[in-house]
Amino acid sequence: MSTAHAEHDHHGAPSGLSRWLFTTNHKDIGTLYLWFSFAMLLIGGSFAMVIRLELLQPGMQWVDPNFFNSMTTMHGLIMVFGAIMPAFVGLANWLVPMMIGAPDMALPRMNNWSFWILPFAGTMLLGTMFMEGGGPNFGWTFYAPLSTTFAPASTDFFIFAVHMLGFSSIMGSINIIATIMNMRAPGMTLMKMPLFVWTWLITAFLLIAVMPVLAGAVTMMLTDRNFGTSFFNAAGGGDPVLFQHVFWFFGHPEVYIMILPAFGVVSQIIPTFARKRLFGYSSMVYATASIAFLSFIVWAHHMFTVGMPVAGELFFMYATVLIAVPTGVKVFNWVATMWKGSMTFELPMKWALAFVILFTIGGFSGLMLGIAPVDFQYHDTYFVVAHFHYVLVTGALFSIIAAVYYWLPKWTGHMYSESLGNWHFWTSVVFVNITFFPQHFLGLAGMPRRIPDYNAAFADFNFMSSIGAFGFGLSQLLFLALIIKCIKGGEKATDQVWEGAEGLEWEIPSPAPYHTFAEAPEVK
Amino acid sequence: MSVRKLKQAAMMLFSSVLAMTSSHAWADKVLNLTEGVTEVSRNAYQMHMIVLWICVAIGVVVFGAMIYSMFAHRKSKGAVAATFHESHKVEVLWTVIPFIILIALAIPATKDLLLLEDASSADVTVKVTGYQWKWQYEYMDGDAEGVKFFSVLDKASNEARALNSGVDVSKVDNYLLDVDKALVIPTGKKVRFLITSNDVIHSWWVPDFGFKKDAIPGYINESWTRVEDEGTYRGQCTELCGKDHGFMPVVVVAKEEGDYKKWAAEKKAEAEAEAAAAASTKDWSKAELMAKGEAVYGSSCAACHQANGEGTGPFPPLKGSALAIGPAAGHIDIVVNGSKTNPLMAAYGAQLNDLDLAAVITYERNSWGNEASIVQPKDIKAAR
Repeated sequence: MSTAHAEHDHHGAPSGLSRWLFTTNHKDIGTLYLWFSFAMLLIGGSFAMVIRLELLQPGMQWVDPNFFNSMTTMHGLIMVFGAIMPAFVGLANWLVPMMIGAPDMALPRMNNWSFWILPFAGTMLLGTMFMEGGGPNFGWTFYAPLSTTFAPASTDFFIFAVHMLGFSSIMGSINIIATIMNMRAPGMTLMKMPLFVWTWLITAFLLIAVMPVLAGAVTMMLTDRNFGTSFFNAAGGGDPVLFQHVFWFFGHPEVYIMILPAFGVVSQIIPTFARKRLFGYSSMVYATASIAFLSFIVWAHHMFTVGMPVAGELFFMYATVLIAVPTGVKVFNWVATMWKGSMTFELPMKWALAFVILFTIGGFSGLMLGIAPVDFQYHDTYFVVAHFHYVLVTGALFSIIAAVYYWLPKWTGHMYSESLGNWHFWTSVVFVNITFFPQHFLGLAGMPRRIPDYNAAFADFNFMSSIGAFGFGLSQLLFLALIIKCIKGGEKATDQVWEGAEGLEWEIPSPAPYHTFAEAPEVK
Repeated sequence: MSVRKLKQAAMMLFSSVLAMTSSHAWADKVLNLTEGVTEVSRNAYQMHMIVLWICVAIGVVVFGAMIYSMFAHRKSKGAVAATFHESHKVEVLWTVIPFIILIALAIPATKDLLLLEDASSADVTVKVTGYQWKWQYEYMDGDAEGVKFFSVLDKASNEARALNSGVDVSKVDNYLLDVDKALVIPTGKKVRFLITSNDVIHSWWVPDFGFKKDAIPGYINESWTRVEDEGTYRGQCTELCGKDHGFMPVVVVAKEEGDYKKWAAEKKAEAEAEAAAAASTKDWSKAELMAKGEAVYGSSCAACHQANGEGTGPFPPLKGSALAIGPAAGHIDIVVNGSKTNPLMAAYGAQLNDLDLAAVITYERNSWGNEASIVQPKDIKAAR
């Protein structure tokens, strides 16, 4: 390598806006993803506040039902596609190269593009709310024909936004797979990779498998709406249930796309603070792979009530409850990692432990929902809402927050404010349970989901849930303050940051230099 | 937030804290699934309790071990980390035990599911059709054969649920859970439901019966129930079906066979009288049409075009609209055949008889300051 070239390789970060627009650096792109998802979290969260405000008391006080439906729809879409998924891609960008000893992602220019599609897609999606006829109002699952024949005109923009989000995800996944398969440091065999890398590798394959299915679903919607086809229109010989099959063939793996990287994060954090190696590393890998496989053959458990043949219902019930086995293995392994460890409870560990307990509660209600004859009662009630918020908020989101606390000192070079962090943790944990636990009771008592108003019998728990939601929403502003404070300054972080931390990312300086592992490290 | 609302909210917070601290109030709260009134709902309840207790037991063991470890194995207590990181024996054990538990769960679940889906040899069959946003019931056989009616949210709830209606909804009886005409079924008989939809997907659910089933355009789904006790059973639509998804309750009244027969006979007589009236060629007075039209408007049109005729969101106003004060032919066409450009406007020719249509069109043409011609049933007949 020539001298000039070497110098070129070691420049620092360029300054100004063009740094962020044109960057091909995995750390910059990771940062962009993370800020984007945080912004979306706050926007999607504010929609949730509107929903909970209307549901604070029985009777219609604040918004009309059509706008309420827009809010539930946009809240779901923004949180899934804008907040959770990009946050995990952001973590992958920052961490995968540093964990496997690679200088950057395999396809840096594509990396830039995969990110910069997102703000445009997100803006278009949010922009639908200002269009004539209002934004999408058919739920994040956009079942036909409500989303085709009966949908507002803005739906075509929603479809385009979903296409763009899909492109971004697919490119991101290709990049992650290419990086992991080709750019590992010498000695970093597959079975030595940190579990976060493993879970992302499997997640990336899931994304490549199902995002095109989603693209297919919305394309069929597009032609049904505009070009006279009748894929989902019964009057034209089409089949509304086909939409649900296609959607959930994407949708169920999608759920695991949002939780497998979370498993990875937690599997990094618990061993560090238990000062003990992860229990059952290889069974963790196999369990992740089994969950990924099973995710393709359980989709119709979202559709027990559509009138499938009973043999189909039985198959999907059996396959669904099977998922409890590998998921159980993971939870048992985390507990066994803690067992006879030497634990301390810094904030990343607090969040990770909250994840293990609360995600498991979401897993329990998932098992209950999998039992088809009772699902005929639970289906489309607040019990389901409680279930998926336990796995997505106290599951996926909590793991993302845990990850931010864990790696923030590595990213910024500063320790975060412990007291602010403790406030953030305890308010979040208390309020999130006040929000979502009563929703189990509401569902069991018979309250359907996606309704803007309810009988007074449901009033007390809704009131509680709304108060919890406001508290949880406000708590996240503490998180924002903490991050900004930590970027600006704070106690200097050591290279290893945490006493028990092991792995390549803890061997480089804090903050991580703009370029790392220009020369591959040797992994023993 | 206005001061009044803040005050209201504070009062609610206070009263719910009170309610929660008094154990008596707790007993009144519904915290669990209903046992319901059918074999299917009792099965679901039992299965629910079994899975719930299994989850609680697993939770106690797992969280117990975890919390014990969090206290016993902490560095501040001088715990030194052990070095083990695998054990084939335990790993096999905690894979096999859950598997066995799942098989034990799957056996009763399979049995329950087979019963739930067996709608064969029914005594009475009722067709249930979902519309935006009401249910239509049609008796296919038995004593009430041919009886067919719409079931919409009751008037009191419908008025109270308007945005800022000022009505204290806790004082409205069965708020959002009552309809104008309930479905009536005989007790002790196997009633089969054929469930379908006219527009988008809905879902028909009565928690006490233990099942819900989607109403899907182009499909006829099957389900059944056998209710042992007389009573009124309430539920709601459970699949998002558009603006008024939250406002299309399901109410079923189970009557002992003699009462059911009496009800069926009354209904049939009523239907005959109505059909005769609709078929008569007499000219109705404006007052008669307006009175009838107001009722039809309330149940069929007001959800979108609003009681004040001003419309909302994507639903256009009728007050002062060119169509409503223009020539009657255009007005009749859009109501009878639906809108060609906007699928949200359904074809009411299929839902209402000539008299109802004439009445409601007359009402729309002569309310809220609109002044236009009246329409007679024979005009509708000619336009069909």
